[in-house]
Parts: sequence; C-alpha cells; structure tokens
Amino acid sequence: MEKIHTHTGVGVPLRRSNVDTDQIIPAVYLKRVTRTGFEDALFAAWRGDPSFVLNQDAYRNGSVLVAGPDFGTGSSREHAVWALKDYGFRVVLSSRFADIFRGNSGKQGLVTGIVSPEDIELLWKILETKPGTEVTVDLEAKTATADDVTVPFQIDDYTRWRLMEGLDDIGLTLTNEADITAFEATRESWRPKTLPAKHLPSVPIEAARPV
Amino acid sequence: MAGTLAEKVWEAHLVRRGENGSPDLLYIDLHLVHEVTSPQAFEGLRLAGRPVRRPDLTIATEDHNTPTLDIDLPIADLTSRTQIDTLRANAKEFGVRLHSLGDADQGIVHQVGPQLGLTMPGLTVVCGDSHTSTHGAFGALAFGIGTSEVEHVLATQTLPLAPFRTMAITVDGELPAGATSKDIILAIIAKIGTGGGQGYVLEYRGEAIRTLSMEARMTICNMSIEAGARAGMIAPDETTFEYLKGRPHAPEGEDWDAAVEYWKTLRSDDDAEFDAEVVLDAADLEPFVTWGTNPGQGLPLSASVPVPSEIADENERVTAERALEYMGLEPGKPLREVAVDTVFIGSCTNGRIEDLRSVAKVVKGRKKADSVRVLVVPSSARVRLQAEAEGLDVIFKDFGAEWRNAGCSMCLGMNPDQLAPGERSASTSNRNFEGRQGKGGRTHLVSPLVAAATAIRGTLSSVSDLDLPYDVDITTFDGSPLPVPAGI
Ligand code: SF4
Repeated sequence: MEKIHTHTGVGVPLRRSNVDTDQIIPAVYLKRVTRTGFEDALFAAWRGDPSFVLNQDAYRNGSVLVAGPDFGTGSSREHAVWALKDYGFRVVLSSRFADIFRGNSGKQGLVTGIVSPEDIELLWKILETKPGTEVTVDLEAKTATADDVTVPFQIDDYTRWRLMEGLDDIGLTLTNEADITAFEATRESWRPKTLPAKHLPSVPIEAARPV
Repeated sequence: MAGTLAEKVWEAHLVRRGENGSPDLLYIDLHLVHEVTSPQAFEGLRLAGRPVRRPDLTIATEDHNTPTLDIDLPIADLTSRTQIDTLRANAKEFGVRLHSLGDADQGIVHQVGPQLGLTMPGLTVVCGDSHTSTHGAFGALAFGIGTSEVEHVLATQTLPLAPFRTMAITVDGELPAGATSKDIILAIIAKIGTGGGQGYVLEYRGEAIRTLSMEARMTICNMSIEAGARAGMIAPDETTFEYLKGRPHAPEGEDWDAAVEYWKTLRSDDDAEFDAEVVLDAADLEPFVTWGTNPGQGLPLSASVPVPSEIADENERVTAERALEYMGLEPGKPLREVAVDTVFIGSCTNGRIEDLRSVAKVVKGRKKADSVRVLVVPSSARVRLQAEAEGLDVIFKDFGAEWRNAGCSMCLGMNPDQLAPGERSASTSNRNFEGRQGKGGRTHLVSPLVAAATAIRGTLSSVSDLDLPYDVDITTFDGSPLPVPAGI
C-alpha cells in the first residue's frame, strides 16, 4: 500500500446523502473474480445520466470526492472501496460515514475524512462554481484546501498512522514476522501438512447422467 | 488457571498477545480454500507481490459451483466456469494443492479436510466459508472468514482476532429412536434463536454428545453458525481418535502417540467457567423440521404450522406471517400433512457416508412417492465411491432417486441443482433462507431419516410413520461388518 502524506487532485462535489454501497457498486458486479477493474462499476446506476457529475469533463478525472452525510451505508462489500480506488479516488470527505465502510477504506488505503456539514457546503460551492478546482488533502495537518479555503477534517489516529505508513492489514501483521517465524519453530511435528500430498489411490470417478 | 477447551486451543496458537485492546495474533494450522471466496484474495497477493506463506498448510477444492451431472463435460454456466478456472490458475501459480472436479479427493471442503485426516483436535482451521465450524467436531477451533481475511491468512498464516465468549451446551440423556444429531442441533437453534450464539464459541457436551459418531458430531458443529456462533466445538475422545487413525494425513508412530497424549488434555477443566450455559435433555427430542425461513423457525414434526395471531410479540408475529407467506403454509396445518416436491439429501451437514447409509436403510426395497423427485448428492467423490462399494447407489436408484456426483449442489443452488419458484423441498442441508435453494424455492430443513421417510410418503414424515420396524443403529448396514477403508 502506498504511503500518503498529502494528496492533491480535482475535487468532485457529490450532492447526495445516504449513498449506500449498492449505489457505489451494484450487486451484479460482485460475481467478478478480480479485485481491480471495477472503475466502470462505480456509481453504475448514475453513470448513464449525462448530467451526473462524473460525466462532466471538468470532474471526470477527479480524485477527491466530497459527498453528503452517511456515505457507504448498507452491505459490507469490500468492492465499494475497490470501485472508488479503481476509478481514481484517493480521498472521500463527508460529514458522516458508515462504520464498516470507513474500516474497509482504512485497510485499503482510501482516506476518509470527516468534515463538518457547513464546511462540506463550503467545498461544494467552490467546486461547483469553479469546476476542476483541485483539493489538497494534508494528513499531517488534517486539513483539506480548495482555492483559498482550508477546512479541518477528522480521522482517527490509528488509521491516519497506517495511511501515512502505507500499512495494510497484512503489512501490519508482517511487522511481526519475526514472532511468526519463532512461533512456527515451536509447532509440534504431529500437526498436519497438506504437502507432500497423501491420499488413497486415485480412482476414476464416473460422471452421473441426467435420468 | 482453569480453562475451557476453546481457550486452551486459543492460547496454544498465540503468536502475539494484543496490547491496549488491539487483537491477538493467532497462528492458523490449516487453511481450506474453495473457488468462491478465494479469487480476489489471490489477486490481492499478486498485486502486492506476496507469496502464499505456507502452501503446505493450505488445501483447495472445487465444490460450490460444480455440477453434479455430466462432470466430464465443460461447465455450462459462465460465472461458475470462470470461478473454477480462476481457482485452478491460482493454485498452480501459488503452489497450492487442489482437488479438482473429477478427482477422487474432490468434494465439499468440510468433508475433504476430515476424510484426508487433515482436520485434527487442537488445530486452528479457517476457510472462506461460514460452515467451517464443522471441523470443531474434532476439538479444533474452526471458523469461517471473509475474502480479505483469506488473503491475510494466505500471506501470513495468522489472523488478528478479538477474543470471544464461551457457551456450554450440555445435552444429557439418550436420543429416542428416529431422532438424530440433526434434530439435536435444530432443537438447540430453535431454543436459543439464530442470534443466540452471537459472539460465542459453543462447546457441546453431555452424554448424548459423547455417544455420537464423528459424522453426527460434525452435523452439530456444522450448524453452530446458524445459531449465530462463530464456532462450535466438541472435546476429542476415543471416537475421535478412532476416526482419525490410519487416515492419509493422520500422524504416525511416535507422532501419533504424542498427539493423542496432547489431545487427551483438550477438554474443558471441571471448574472452567463459561460465559453462558444451556442444558437440553435428548430424551425429550423428536424429529425436528423447520417451517419458516430461518433455521431457528423449527418445531417437532408432531406439531402444526404456527398460527401468527397467537404470537404475542409483535416483531415475532410479523416475522412469522412473512415467513408463512413466503413458505405458502396455512397456519394450524399439521406439519405431517405438508407435501413436498423435492427431497434433497446431501451438503456438508448431512451428505456423509453415515447419512447415506441411514437413508439407504430406510428406503431399501421401497419406491419413492410418485409426486417427489429425490436427489442424493454425496459430500465428496470418496463418499460416492464408498457408497457404491457398499451398493447404496443401487438401493437409491431402485428407490427412484437420482444418484449424483459430489458437491454443494442444491444446498445453495449455485450450480444447476435448484428449486423452481414455489417448489417445496425437504432438505438435509443447513439454511432455509428465502431463495437459498433457488429463487422462490421453499425449504424445510430435516434430518436424513426424516428426508428418507418424506421421500416415501410424499409429506413430511418420520420413520415412525412407516410400517416397518426401524432399527436406529445406523452405524452398521444390514448387520454386515462395515467395509470402511480410511479416507471416508
Ligand atoms: S454444502 Fe452448503 S453449507 Fe456446506 S459448504 Fe457447500 S454451500 Fe456451504
């Protein structure tokens, strides 16, 4: 996972509240076997509408999403974060996030900053009057800056530390790798190993046929 | 300090104790993999350039999507085929052992572990599948995990885990004729509810549990998740050791002796404290059947469909009304009069050789009711081979049942084995959720014995409804000595 200290990119005003994970990515896309390439699935139900914000040239390459309250509610699908990241978003700002979505985001390197509703409104106004304005998000200072306006955001210290260090869950566990290796040395020899494979003689299996 | 079985296994796997409220890091002994929850986990590894840390503690099988007919032909459903092909490519790339469709060791992941002797007492076992609790029957701490945790275990062979609470479920007494371990677990879930086990690891104990075979124990632990629990466990004993001995991956020689000595210590201490306790008398049990759309909505077969207007609690009343509407059941109708269209015998709950034997014993020499179709799906290819060696396949075919290849099949209908809208089944599987066995399908969860009797009569029935004296000793078939080679 990439380390993030500051990020600067085009801000996208999403004037909607209660954007649930079904709207972020509809269930039909869950059948895929990949975990990248979900950019086409992001907000799929809205992308057909020419007036949708991401269909406007100025916002198309956005990477900082400024959304209404209760972003990411609904099912716990990790695909919601994958879709946002695949599209190019690095930061989502909202006045309130669903817990599971925030948790999933922190693990995948997507910054979720909590900004007061008034400040969200302020950012929306700037981004709407001057489409294409870049927003700079500073994790160190916990601020977001657009034009001459700087607003504070909240993020818990643990998640912030992980994002700045670029540690995903696995990376975090692997900081204890010496402990894991030491533990492995103490495992008894009766504990099973799948390799080399042992099994009963291989016998051809007859295919059942429709009756 | 006195400890419960679950706590002992937990302690033995602590790589690092969490500090200041952070989770403990636990070592995982055995990681089972299947095609549905693994593709993104492998891709995550690939993207991060990480290898599988311990391919030698990992094993994969194809089960959820596989067809149970024409397994030698290409899989028709595109999504299914993609998932299977992806697993094959990933197993090859990362060096993971895979038992593919058509291989004698292919089967439902929760059958494959035990039959190879990989599942043992005192292990931590995980799989991207909620019914991993099955392996707790051996005294292992076994639980289901999500896709990102699958990736985590592949990469590190550990999992950060928050502590759990423990619940003792004591089942005293002796099971009456015609009742089975499936009826025990359905009764437990009906008693504590589908959320009753939330946050707990359940430990089943008591006289009635001790006398059960390994397969019957697996049925109970399998459905722990339906009570909301993360895992279910049973302390190992001679029955466990007997089952394991001689299996392909069971320890040998000195290793065996050392293992058994340790396994014997794996029981909750007499003064161990549980966070909750439930007691049940097996003698009170009779064959159970679900009437609703969650596994907690079950009743003894002798009961009638509940009448919602008689339910005081408003929430429960509304839930029951909705369930009955979906199930197309008339309030007050005796359950024994409910006619079914399909009988499904299979799944990781009740698709084992012992289940097939008990069904064969009931249906031998009889004909199924004309109105029902009967599907018999062994839980693994080895179980199928064993059943054929014992002639069970012939009994099933003579009865009018379809004898299929191994897999999850109609348990969840990811393959072509599905219920049609409105079609009603008596199923030996574990979930009766809306649409689980096919869109609009209606599921009654039952034991293999009830499934067999129902297939004969066409309505929900128990063996006591049949005109034959029935001998409940289901460990032998036809009185002849059991030809049970290791591996089943
Ligand atoms: S048989 Fe059913 S419950 Fe068991 S693993 Fe397969 S789908 Fe899951």
